[in-house]
Amino acid sequence: MDIVKSLDASERLVLGALKQSSELKDIINSTKLSEVEVIRALQWLSNKGLVGLEKSETRFVELGENGTRYQREGLPERIMLNCLKDGPVSADEIPLSQEEIQVSIGVLKGQAAIIIKGTKPLSFELTENGRNLLNKRTLQEQFLNTLPRGEDSLGPEEKFSFQNLMSRKDIIRLVERKSIKVELTDAGKAIGPIGAEKLIGRVTSEVISSFSKQTPKSTFKTYDISSPVPTLKGASRHVLYQAIDYIRRIWLDMGFKEMTGRMVQQSFWNFDALFTAQDHPVRDLHDTFFIKDPKNGALPARELVERVRKAHETGWTTGSKGWQYKWNEEVAKQNVMRTHTTVLSARTLASLTPKDIPGKFFSVARNFRNETIDWGHSFEFYQVDGIVVSPNVTFRNLLGYLGEYYRKLGYDQVRFRPAYFPYTEMSVEAEVYLKERKKWIELGGAGMFRPEVVKPLLGIDMPVLAWGQGLERGIMEHLNITDLREIYSNDLEKRRVWYK
Amino acid sequence: MPTVALNYGTVKSGIGKKLSDDELKERIAMLGTDLESLSKESIVVEVFPNRPDLLAEFGFIRALRSFIGVEKGLREYSVKSSGLSVNIKPSVSKVRPYTACAIVKGLKLTDEKIEQIIQLQEKLHVTHCRNRSKAAIGIYPSEKIKYPITFCAEDPKGVSFVPLGDTKPMNGLQILSRHKTGRDFGHLLEGKEKFPFFIDAKGDVLSMPPIINSELTGKVTTSTKEVFIECSGFDLDFLKELLNIIICELADMGGQIFSMSLNYPDKKIVTPNLKPVAMKLDEAYVQKLLGQKVNIKECLERMGFSYSNGTVLIPSYRVDVLHPMDIVEDIAIAHGYENFEPELPVISTIGEEARIERFRKKIAELLVGLELNEVTTFSVSNERIQNTMMGQKEKIIEFSNSKSSEYSALRQSIIPSMMEVLQLNAKNEYPQRIFEMGAVFYKDKNEETGVREDLVLGVALCGKNEDFTRARQIIEHLLKSFNLGLKLEEITDTRFIPGRVGKLLVGGKQIGIIGEIHPTVLVNFRLEMPVAVFEINLGTLQAQLK
Repeated sequence: MDIVKSLDASERLVLGALKQSSELKDIINSTKLSEVEVIRALQWLSNKGLVGLEKSETRFVELGENGTRYQREGLPERIMLNCLKDGPVSADEIPLSQEEIQVSIGVLKGQAAIIIKGTKPLSFELTENGRNLLNKRTLQEQFLNTLPRGEDSLGPEEKFSFQNLMSRKDIIRLVERKSIKVELTDAGKAIGPIGAEKLIGRVTSEVISSFSKQTPKSTFKTYDISSPVPTLKGASRHVLYQAIDYIRRIWLDMGFKEMTGRMVQQSFWNFDALFTAQDHPVRDLHDTFFIKDPKNGALPARELVERVRKAHETGWTTGSKGWQYKWNEEVAKQNVMRTHTTVLSARTLASLTPKDIPGKFFSVARNFRNETIDWGHSFEFYQVDGIVVSPNVTFRNLLGYLGEYYRKLGYDQVRFRPAYFPYTEMSVEAEVYLKERKKWIELGGAGMFRPEVVKPLLGIDMPVLAWGQGLERGIMEHLNITDLREIYSNDLEKRRVWYK
Repeated sequence: MPTVALNYGTVKSGIGKKLSDDELKERIAMLGTDLESLSKESIVVEVFPNRPDLLAEFGFIRALRSFIGVEKGLREYSVKSSGLSVNIKPSVSKVRPYTACAIVKGLKLTDEKIEQIIQLQEKLHVTHCRNRSKAAIGIYPSEKIKYPITFCAEDPKGVSFVPLGDTKPMNGLQILSRHKTGRDFGHLLEGKEKFPFFIDAKGDVLSMPPIINSELTGKVTTSTKEVFIECSGFDLDFLKELLNIIICELADMGGQIFSMSLNYPDKKIVTPNLKPVAMKLDEAYVQKLLGQKVNIKECLERMGFSYSNGTVLIPSYRVDVLHPMDIVEDIAIAHGYENFEPELPVISTIGEEARIERFRKKIAELLVGLELNEVTTFSVSNERIQNTMMGQKEKIIEFSNSKSSEYSALRQSIIPSMMEVLQLNAKNEYPQRIFEMGAVFYKDKNEETGVREDLVLGVALCGKNEDFTRARQIIEHLLKSFNLGLKLEEITDTRFIPGRVGKLLVGGKQIGIIGEIHPTVLVNFRLEMPVAVFEINLGTLQAQLK
């Protein structure tokens, strides 16, 4: 790279000026650039190795607003002292603000220079000490007159005065000043005088229209392409929805049809249709949100309700003995926030006609649980549900679908353990192995729907593979976060991206 | 799900085969119980609610012994007659109609065994007995009882005894108010005129189910050699099964089971009945469901069943078998889930995205193109955020039982959710432009649940130059992308600045609302920048597309 060609106008000017003087002031004067522009140009030149920069920060003691005035007019205690020179004086005769008088009283009484003569009105008189002070400048006054100056030049007595004045209102300030020492490097020195030759910077439409073959190639300013550029902030979908779309795509690719549906469901669909006995603990107030008003929803067609009732009470014609209790229709009417999207699978089963079989269905949607929120739990959470309805599917196929799903999610090792759900037999818990952390984690439940679920809903018994896999746990692992609440974070400065 | 703590040494020696800790862990998990922890003191497992027989040490050892092949097949328990009886008075019929009872003799109890018995009783109470509402279990030192026992219901004020763990006699009502267990479970007897009691032939009260035993006759100690067990409740079959779980545990501890005659007013029965239940099993059905050949007989015996010629004998403590499918699961567990090879079937179906989801994705794509950031908020909210903070009074749908006042109702608009996100980002750089598509809820008699749920899009713009015009540009851009035109109609709405709020109309239908948020609302959310928003119903909009 020809370094000279990479220099823009300000760098050229500054480099030229540097040949004369390396004082910042001189550079500013001779280039007619602003301080900011000069410093920026110096930085660029330094990036290119033409200039050596040594930045240092020095702390300076400067005058504050009051300090500037006091340096001119004297400190308030001096003014007060002077007023008392010819005998006792009352407070309102002293040309100081209320606040300054208070401060002065403090300072002068501290030095036993005055006594309070009277209180109504407040008046003062000088003491012998006070008189002695009249013609003597205090350390603070001497110090004040030396300002501004560097903090490191302060002697021990001056440090005391410094502390003293710092504690008062805006007399002095401590400020940090950056100073820059500039020096041409050998490479910089080697560059001869730079001509005023005009290089093309931004490619404007004029540049383009006037560009011809005659224009020598060297007229473009070159860039230091490795130097840093300002960052951009773009907009994105929320990481949760990015992950959901990724997972939806997996099931769509495998030929599954998407299910959608209500979040408020009758207990009938959320529980009873899934053969969950009415006294099962999951139906407790502790676990499920119940709707106050409208408390109840409508039950579906009578025939279906009767089948479900019989399946619970005696097993109906499913070959089961049922739960052996009296099923209560009123309990089934209660509206709840769905506790699992398996309710959509149940509704789908109930809606299928023979032409829909074989069928494969999935959903990725929100569910609700009466929980307080913490690192691992939320009252709203996602579940990835699916069913496969076909006369010939087997337990091995169930493991096959789950294995394929997790393989597509990037987990090579999947294992299955026995589990329990009221609505499946061969109930399975799927676990995946995290290589980096060397451990298995549970990602969700699955199984084959019990005949007590399938036959009442579908009308005939048929193997149905079903699963309800957790979503958040997998996202947490992938994003390497340990608190579930972070997935739901809406901090616009901390956007995350899902990519597998 | 209940967890139970088992003694490590007892389990290790009880299973009758040397297993390393890792093997033990793995076998326990594959039996279908979640292993919580394993140390030299204890093994803590989580037991699924369908297997109450695994809630104690010996039941657990029994299952594990079979599973690892040490003692396969059906366990036989012999029952001798005790010749003793329990008389059930007609008075219990209205308050607690049934009981099933037995006696177990020859026990050599240690503190550890007593602890296991109490743990079993308590875990069964909590889970299988649904916090004692379905049934309750009483276990008594038989030596202190004079038979026959009477099960009767009496006026609680007229029956006094010293409740277990106390020193002073109290009557039935006093127990409900003064004794801890009485207070915990008193609701189960609330409003009953008469309370149930077990009373022996001397007139000593054994217990007042389902609340508490008496100190005098209801405390099992290491000197107890024989125990009387009763299960009382509302469903006789359920009680018999429950009784079987407990006495099999006691028999495995070394006890000998004795039956009792129960003299009901209308019948006389003998309990317990430990006869296994027979169930037909179609081998072809098993193979078809599993999709793999397995040794059915071997598998069943490893799960404690016996099998011959298509008939399975189910031990009496296995109360979870409702359907042959439950047996198929046990076969699969015995075969080992790890020994089934996953197989993807060839089932040709066409994948299909839900129409509304396709629409939703398109909208998100367009909005991200306008540099709006998508956020994610909850559908569950509360009255304060939905109404108070927004300066309005709309009827919202509340939960009847939320654990937290923060999450106690359903949102009817997504705008408050957007405002909460902006509040959260108040320290961040402006402008902030956000959107989300989510559900809102309101009452509607025409819906099957009485609740209408709509998918809406909320857009909020916040920053010193964000205003009505910008918000309107965005909605117009969206609509133009779908070849739709927009009409606006001014309305009044207390959430917005008057004169800067309107209805959004597409094809004569209202699809939503747009406006600049009123400063009083901004102050409520502690925002110091103006906010312009719109909320549109995606279902209604999608319906306008054709």
